[in-house]
This record gives sequence, structure tokens and C-alpha cells, in this order.
Amino acid sequence: MARTVIPFGPQHPVLPEPIHLSLVLEDEKVVEALPTLGYVHRGLEMLATKRDYNQMIQIVERVCGICSMIHAMCYCQGIEEMMGIEVPRRARMLRVVWSELHRMHSHLLWLGLFADSFGFEALFMQLWKIREKIMDVNESTTGNRVIVSVNVVGGVRADLDESQIRWIKDTLVEVEASIRSLQSTIMNDRTVCKRTKGVGILSKQAAYDLGAAGPMLRASGVAQDMRQLKYAGFDEIPFEPVVETAGDSWARGAVRFRETLQSVDLVRQALDKLDGSELAAKVKGNPEGEVIMRVEQPRGECLYYLKGNGSKFMERVRIRTPTFANIPPLAAILPGLDFADVPVVVLSIDPCISCTER
Amino acid sequence: MSIEATAITADKLVAEVTRLKNEGWRLVTFSSVEIDAANMEILYHFDKDLKLTNLRLSLPKGGTVPSISGVLFGAFLIENEIRDQFGVTFEGLVIDYQGRLLNECTATTSNSPFCRLLVNQSGVTVAKEAH
Repeated sequence: MARTVIPFGPQHPVLPEPIHLSLVLEDEKVVEALPTLGYVHRGLEMLATKRDYNQMIQIVERVCGICSMIHAMCYCQGIEEMMGIEVPRRARMLRVVWSELHRMHSHLLWLGLFADSFGFEALFMQLWKIREKIMDVNESTTGNRVIVSVNVVGGVRADLDESQIRWIKDTLVEVEASIRSLQSTIMNDRTVCKRTKGVGILSKQAAYDLGAAGPMLRASGVAQDMRQLKYAGFDEIPFEPVVETAGDSWARGAVRFRETLQSVDLVRQALDKLDGSELAAKVKGNPEGEVIMRVEQPRGECLYYLKGNGSKFMERVRIRTPTFANIPPLAAILPGLDFADVPVVVLSIDPCISCTER
Repeated sequence: MSIEATAITADKLVAEVTRLKNEGWRLVTFSSVEIDAANMEILYHFDKDLKLTNLRLSLPKGGTVPSISGVLFGAFLIENEIRDQFGVTFEGLVIDYQGRLLNECTATTSNSPFCRLLVNQSGVTVAKEAH
């Protein structure tokens, strides 16, 4: 049978970031998929040699807007470990609050885009309406909706007073109720199930061997989440990863949906544990040595390798983002799919090309 | 402070990675690090039950290293990126972008350049010429 090559991207109706897939089709079936990157590569890692280690916080926040806080937290935790800094408890709990708010708005954004990818626009708008409440919390507590810029080496730069804590808790009640009201639609609606169940299956063994990360890994039955490493305030907050076993596009959506509700609970617990300690520890000197730091971003495990030489400039900042890890598994599951399912499956990995093109 | 990493030579790399894979270690990524004007290191990071183990491979800049993408397919993207950024050649890469992973858009000027280039690289017969 003759083969046809379809260039998928770099411009997409539902994915506003540029990634290209060269899809080789036999009739309507994908038989080969080759990814191409590099359309917006920024070389941010190299800026480590031109900006000092404190300025690099602003750089790593811009690796990705949607999980900017967690990039900065990972970087700061790495520097703190290298310099032997003990972060005050209040700052560690506040990091949990803002990082989980980021996870919630990222997952809500993705759930909306996912609904849009198979034409369910009403669901898309409902989900983004809920997300706006989280964005309002970010804006009121930090001054920014997306790049909240709260992390500094040693702790955080922003605090929450009692009235803000009460308001956040009230908002979370509304958010949780709104999300739960959509649960049956997201999990059981005929349209959703028809387009996602059994589509783009990644087995547990394949997910592990291909190096999948985050919800992509957990939706295939692997119970691994970097929050189990007990970074920031997670040493005091009980945590169990959300796991599904089907490994298909539906399961990846279900993991993110359940994680959104889980994050509501984690934020509440962190808010309850805020004490009267300082916001940040004092920092003296420059980082020296090498360290690896891992955290869980909305899209999965993020790894920072940091190397300092005792000067104010880092010698190396290497960032491995979760989408970068999830592209090979994507390339592996696309062959065999109907062409019409490709947008849904591509969306199901929650691709962040901004992260990938750091 | 430095991370714990087992020093490894290029000739033993693939065998060691195969052993780690068989023992249930998951590839997280590699980190390429410049040591001086002439030398660099590649650190291979593997995870098992949330614990990391690392392999440290020293090599001259622009050197040649065996690819581990035949053992762990997920490595192909990392190896292509290191090739683009540090000029390292990975022998036996399962998908080789030939140093054009990150600057693909400058490779050709036709109207559908990405399609044609990738198809040619992968050796697939083009049924319909890119237009």
C-alpha cells in the first residue's frame, strides 16, 4: 500500500506551541511518527554562565509559564542543598501552597484543552471558568497570575495573612464543588469515553522502559511521584500518588482530574500548617559543588543538575523537563492509531513545548 | 559537595546500561557538563524506587560515544540534543537527526521542508512529493 506523509504541526488548532510530527500513513493508519523540535529553542541553560545564581531564578521561571513556580522551587532547593541552607517551615509550607495551586490551574487548563481537542467546547469553557478562580488567588497573593515569582534562595518572598488564608480556603470550597460537578461528564460522558478510552495505550512496562514521566507514567500503573521524596513541606503532609491502570488517553485524563482534587486537599493541609517562622533563611557566600534536585511538576518529574564553582555564576544548570521525557513514549504509541485520533493522543501527554525548548 | 557517580568508560557503557535496565532501573536523563576547554563529562541518571544512581563518562569535546538508544529508546532525543549542543557523536543512534534536532527550520527552504527532510532521513518512500 502506498504511504502518505502528513506534516502534523508545527501550527495546531488546539496546541498553541510548535512541535512537528512527521506522520507516515498507510490509508488512515499511522505507521510511523517522527518528532521534530527546535522551533523556539531559547538556550536558557547557557544563561547560567551570564547571570548570577540569584538572577537565574527569574530565568528558570521562564522555562515554562504554567509551572514557573515549580521550576524556581526546584532550582532554589538545589542551591539550598548545595549551600547547606535550612529553609524555614513557613516558607516550605508556602511553597507547597503555591506549587499545588500551579498544579491545579495547569491541570484545569489541560483538561479544558483536552475537551477542546475532541470538540467538547462547553466542557472546555466550564473548566477554564473554574481555573480563573485559581488565577485570581495567584494574582492577589503574589501580584502575578502565571509567573508568580515567589521563590528566593532560602525561602519565599511573599506571605499570606489571616484574611488571605480564609479567602483561599473559601475559594477552594467553590473550586472543589465546581470540579466535582463536572466529574461525571469528564469520567463517564459518552463523547469523552468514545474518543479517549482504549486510544493511545501505553503499557506499564513500556511506560517504564521508555522513561515516561508524571501522569503519563502513573496512568499506566506506575505509582511514582516525586512528591514522595518529601521535598518542601511534603515531609509533614501525607501523600499517595494517583494511579490508573488502563494506560490510555482516558486514564491520563483521569489521573489529572483526580490530582486536581488531591491538590485542593494538599493546599488546605499546607495552609493549616503555616507557623510563625521566618519567610527566608539568610544566605551567605556562593554555591559550590554539584547537586541533583527532582520535583513533581504538573506534567511529571523535573530534574535539575546544578554545578557551582564558588563564584556567583553557576558552572552548569541542566534542566530535564517532563515533556522532553514524554516525547519518545508518544512517538512509540502513535503507530497503529487512526489519523483522527492523533490530536487527542498528542494532547493526552499534556505537551509543554516551552519546557522542552528551554 | 559532589554527587555519587560511578565512573565508566565508553567501551563498557552499553553493557552497564543493559545491566541497569535488566535490574529495573529507569532512565531519567543524561547531563552533559563542560569540564575545561578540551574535555567534558556525560552523567547518566537512572531511577529505581525514587533512588538515583549515576554513571559518569569522561570524554574529549567532540568525541564519540556509543549510543544507548538501542537499549533504551527514550535516550534518542537526549543524545540528539547533546550532539547539537556539544558536538558529541553517538554511534548507533536509532533515530539520528544528524545535528539538526534544534535547527531544523534552517535546513531547507522549500514550502514543506520538514516533511521532506524527515522522510528522507528515515528512509521512507515518499508517496507524494512535498509541495
